[in-house]
Amino acid sequence: MKIIETDIAIIGAGPVGLFAVFEAGLLKMRCHLIDALPQVGGQLSEIYPRKPIYDIPGYPTIDAQDLVDRLMEQIAPFNPSFTLGERVEQLEKQEDGSYHVISNEGTIIHAQVVVIAGGLGSFEPRRPDLRGILDYEGRGGVNYFVKNPETYRDKRVVIAGGGDSALDWTIYLSDVAEHLTLVHRSETFRGAPDSAQKVFNLAEQGKIDLLLQSNLSSVHGDNGQLQQVGVTDKSKEETLLNVDYLIPLFGLSPKLGPIGEWGLNIEKSAVAVDTFDYSTNVERIYAIGDINTYPGKLKLILCGFHEAALMCQSAFKYVYPNEKLSFKYTTVNGIHAF
Amino acid sequence: MNTDIIRIQVEGPDNHVQELEIPDGINLSLMEILKASEYDILATCGGMALCATCHVQVLEGMEKLEERNDAEMDMLDTLPNAEDNSRLACQIKVSPAIDGLRIKVSQNI
Repeated sequence: MKIIETDIAIIGAGPVGLFAVFEAGLLKMRCHLIDALPQVGGQLSEIYPRKPIYDIPGYPTIDAQDLVDRLMEQIAPFNPSFTLGERVEQLEKQEDGSYHVISNEGTIIHAQVVVIAGGLGSFEPRRPDLRGILDYEGRGGVNYFVKNPETYRDKRVVIAGGGDSALDWTIYLSDVAEHLTLVHRSETFRGAPDSAQKVFNLAEQGKIDLLLQSNLSSVHGDNGQLQQVGVTDKSKEETLLNVDYLIPLFGLSPKLGPIGEWGLNIEKSAVAVDTFDYSTNVERIYAIGDINTYPGKLKLILCGFHEAALMCQSAFKYVYPNEKLSFKYTTVNGIHAF
Repeated sequence: MNTDIIRIQVEGPDNHVQELEIPDGINLSLMEILKASEYDILATCGGMALCATCHVQVLEGMEKLEERNDAEMDMLDTLPNAEDNSRLACQIKVSPAIDGLRIKVSQNI
């Protein structure tokens, strides 16, 4: 497995993780970012891309996604690299004090410094509260992502959910699966109106089964392999559907996850830091943005920006142990792109 | 001066029931009160009806609350375990009108 070499590994590519690239770049430190989401921007791109933010200094108002785009522009001169759609599982300290940051897909990032800019935790799919569903996750037939659509060719598939994800995959897989059922708890869909219309049309044409005002109620199988899914309708009567795959698409929700297992001081799902430099109790590991906590902490993007600046001044000594840090203003020094 | 006290009964994930007393005029949502009262509410989106992590169930007093708006209904739809008495706490303004409300806070999914 190829190892990605960098100066600073940043866990989380939300606004604070992104801005840290800029502050690091001013000090000639390279960064590689890793995020569980398939796109950069963290909570901003995932939850509220079109909402205006009013408290970013210099912007009376700016839409969340626009802020992300501008940050990407601002850090471009420092050539950051990204691993997206993967969650960091463990940190392995090397003999020289540096770290291997390892993802759930086996990607390894080797860095002198690790910066956790994880926000509220990695976004993970919402799991329906069905007894035994854990037994069927992964290879057992319950999938929360569609990684390879061909997996579902000629299979009996149930998709549950009412947003764009559920609609888009229903439309796509209706041509791939042998039989497809979409289960949704209300009568209307949250997703894009034309996607919703396409789904209604597919149902009318008999290409899919559309179960509205219905909920998943149970899962059954044999030997870890999913065989049936129970669905209840308005009248609370349960019908059992014979299936090969269940794809619950109920959106994403953040979880602290592995961050809680790295020996860091955690207080109420946040990483305690020293406000001198936002370092944690483990040397070379820092935490900035919503993920950290300290007396007086405010979960504001602008606070995360400040924390990133101070953190980088401290991280310098691990990346350039033989050099003296001299603070330079961008107005005096300019920006030297990598 | 007579200040109204708004009383809300909260059944936590451990089934322990606590009565919260909130002075009128505090201008917060139920989500903010629950967070301040140390309940494990993520409130990822900060109260914009964009994340559904402040989901609560109204055990008594549903009629005291204003109707759900579209954004709230859309978000509740995303929850696999939403029921007819589900509400987003961030969309409920704490006011004397909701005095006597009884809600249940579940474990975060």
